[in-house]
Amino acid sequence: MTLLGHLITGLSLGSIYAIIALGYTMVYGIAKMLNFAHGDVIMVGAYICFFAVTSFSLPPVVGVLLAMVVCTILGVIIEGLAYKPLRQAPSLAVLITAIGVSYFLQNTAQILWGADYKSFPNFLTLGGQTGISLFDGRLNITYAAIVTILACVVIMLALTFFTSRTKMGKAMRAVSEDKGAAQLMGINVNSTISMTFAIGSALAAVAGVLMCSAYPTLSPTTGSLPGIRAFTAAVFGGIGSIPGALLGGILLGLVETLTKAYITTSLYDAVVFALLIVVLLVKPSGLLGRYVPEKV
Amino acid sequence: MDALLNVEGINVYYGAIHAIKDISFYVKEGEVVTLIGANGAGKTTTLQTVSGLLRSKTGSITFEGHNISSVRADKLVAHGLAQVPEGRRVFLQMSVEENLEMGAFTQPPSGVGQDLEMVYDLFPRLKERRRQVAGTLSGGEQQMLAMGRALMSHPKLLMLDEPSMGLAPILVEQIFEIIQNLNRSGSTILLVEQNAQMALSVAHRGYVLETGKIVATGTGAELIESPEIKKAYLGG
Ligand SMILES: Nc1ncnc2c1ncn2[C@@H]1O[C@H](COP(=O)(O)OP(=O)(O)OP(=O)(O)O)[C@@H](O)[C@H]1O
Ligand SMILES: [Mg+2]
Repeated sequence: MTLLGHLITGLSLGSIYAIIALGYTMVYGIAKMLNFAHGDVIMVGAYICFFAVTSFSLPPVVGVLLAMVVCTILGVIIEGLAYKPLRQAPSLAVLITAIGVSYFLQNTAQILWGADYKSFPNFLTLGGQTGISLFDGRLNITYAAIVTILACVVIMLALTFFTSRTKMGKAMRAVSEDKGAAQLMGINVNSTISMTFAIGSALAAVAGVLMCSAYPTLSPTTGSLPGIRAFTAAVFGGIGSIPGALLGGILLGLVETLTKAYITTSLYDAVVFALLIVVLLVKPSGLLGRYVPEKV
Repeated sequence: MDALLNVEGINVYYGAIHAIKDISFYVKEGEVVTLIGANGAGKTTTLQTVSGLLRSKTGSITFEGHNISSVRADKLVAHGLAQVPEGRRVFLQMSVEENLEMGAFTQPPSGVGQDLEMVYDLFPRLKERRRQVAGTLSGGEQQMLAMGRALMSHPKLLMLDEPSMGLAPILVEQIFEIIQNLNRSGSTILLVEQNAQMALSVAHRGYVLETGKIVATGTGAELIESPEIKKAYLGG
């Protein structure tokens, strides 16, 4: 029963990683860059929701939507101001810029909202209860965990539909593969890249709120560590692959939770990264990283 | 009558490399015009410049009387330009049908179904493989897909960059037959080739490109008969 509890916790943590990893992987797929500021967009989303609910007494749903809107705009602005001018630049320059944007967001958050920890309200409750208790209290499942897992499922289904059935989603895949050829089809590459940042950032907002509901301390650096873990998850699953981000995120969440529960509470990051190294040694493109032979 | 495409005095650079040196040519409606030349002559660079993927420092490119020299590549598709790029560049991870749908990106969705049927009639092989991922097609099938994909946008000018590259002789003949048929049914075609013999035999007119300059021009028949061309490009 405790194992089942850990599995559910791991699944919900993994769902958060997966939602964040989707942003990394989609942006990498299309812009071929690691957007290290992605984790900090999560933090901004959480703050927006926090203030909407605590300072302006808006309903939580409105807070989440507001966070998504703000993060979407933020993501598009970051892309347009910081990354778009570097489209032809060496990837190292882009990477350094992304790290710069990450610190910029953290420092701005610190100036605007202070460096102190805010205690994020858990509004994923029902009738005053934060979860359900089963088997005479031997298995406790929080509503936050249930909502998180459901949100991940819904997001995955929506993204799968988007990329495989809609015109813009297919255009996104085309741009990911070959920007020049996509342009020759009449696809506006820049606006497709902006759209991808918009989607990734909206998902980051959702992830931020879900994460702070389960782990309720909010500070300007809240996003950076989960961001790095989710990035690891994206690499784990095969960067650029949407199902890979899901698989990598869930696996990472499970490994982290089970390691903490049964092996070590202090070295779980080391275990996670050891596993990553093993996976990459065996399959350099990640678990679901695709290799398509090219014909000349 | 004004030419459909008129290229006047373009110069294209890759950094310090002067790849296209003051080239001018034109394509009239209904024509098949070919640009021939050896490796590195600047054929692809020329097509990419007309398509808007590269920019000329000088001169002008007019299409249907409009100056398009500074129009973005993705906007030109709606003007009626389509290019089958060198090396086909189909979207390898997308299915045959999705590739064709991308070709119709600028078209109203209502006509796409009909256009798919038009392409499948032209290339029955593609119909059999409509759900197959393009990366698993043979080279010839990928070429057909790249051509079908370009046709989905109803181009007024179809530009083909070495459609015969890497194909078996029988497939090359087939591709050229299709090019001729397309032209007979009204398409205007700008054809870039290294296979000068084949290209000149289907073209109304041709231009010979050498290290970024046009060194000869004439009708297909004239160029085939020209001793210099024979010597340099036709192996005798
Ligand atoms: N991206 C690039 N950067 C620098 N130089 C380039 C680039 N692309 C082409 N060139 C140079 O420009 C010249 C023309 O190249 P281009 O690709 O247009 O030739 P081509 O006639 O299409 O040749 P091929 O028949 O081999 O395709 C060549 O000297 C080539 O080396
Ligand atoms: Mg070429």
